[in-house]
Amino acid sequence: MNTASVSLGTSVSSQSRFMQLALAAFLGIFVIGFVGFSHIDAVHNAAHDYRHSMAFPCH
Amino acid sequence: MTLFRNVVFIAAIAGLVAGVVLACMQAYATVPLILKAEVYEQAGGGHQHDHAAAPAANATDANAMSTAAPAPAEIAAPAEDEGWAPADGFERFAFSVVSNIVTGIGFALILVAASEFAGGIGNWRQGLFWGLAGFAVFTLAPGLGLPPELPAMPAADLTQRQIWWTATMVATAAGLGLIAFRKSLPLALLAVALLVAPHIVGAPQPDSFGTAIPEGLHHQFVVAVTLTNLVFWLVLGAVVGVVRGRFTGTAASLRDSFV
Repeated sequence: MNTASVSLGTSVSSQSRFMQLALAAFLGIFVIGFVGFSHIDAVHNAAHDYRHSMAFPCH
Repeated sequence: MTLFRNVVFIAAIAGLVAGVVLACMQAYATVPLILKAEVYEQAGGGHQHDHAAAPAANATDANAMSTAAPAPAEIAAPAEDEGWAPADGFERFAFSVVSNIVTGIGFALILVAASEFAGGIGNWRQGLFWGLAGFAVFTLAPGLGLPPELPAMPAADLTQRQIWWTATMVATAAGLGLIAFRKSLPLALLAVALLVAPHIVGAPQPDSFGTAIPEGLHHQFVVAVTLTNLVFWLVLGAVVGVVRGRFTGTAASLRDSFV
């Protein structure tokens, strides 16, 4: 676990590093998009109070 | 994929902690205001989504709030088919908590990934600054054009608002990034333009602002949302800083020029 002594995953090439970070960010965007922005009724209703509380566009 | 795994691991811990904190704050600060607003919403003829099973909690709220607003149980609003919704009370609260944690991890993934591009969050203090940036990007800037809204408040087309919200978020993030990490005057000017542009374009506005929601209630809600989000982002950034520090074992050679 402590192979990376300086920054996270120092051993990887810069291209691979970019891809992995981009992938992580994309995953985060997808999760937020689904919970906070999806137009599916059931998802909207489940996260209704959350959407209002985060000032996400709602209704 | 070591890096990806590490990012996800840090984000999961930070998102869990900050999400739980946010859910607790919401339970006291914002959700009671939403429930109050729903009383107006249902009194106004059951707007877009009444939570059909009128909750006992709402009924007492209604009586306490105003005698003019009939208790939801009496309304029997025409049941628009809106699909499944969590039952009021514990189930609804539980889904809010889950939403908070899941999106907390989502925000953490974005925060950690973005900060790794810039050298990583070395400690909890740097984390606070990154948290402030996240607050500005995800709450403050979109909230200027589209203030937090309560149920039953008029609003423009949903998709339009979501597009504006997202565009504003991206422009603000780009602007702050340019200011923080590029030492060049033209780029700084471009950054200011990026920060200002979404608000010159302007957020989609409703045709009419008429609403049954009292101004005071809405103002209270705006303050509550803004402050709970501020604390959420500060906690998120700080926890990322702490966990990442533990994870890498040393913060010595991390970029410390940010603060």
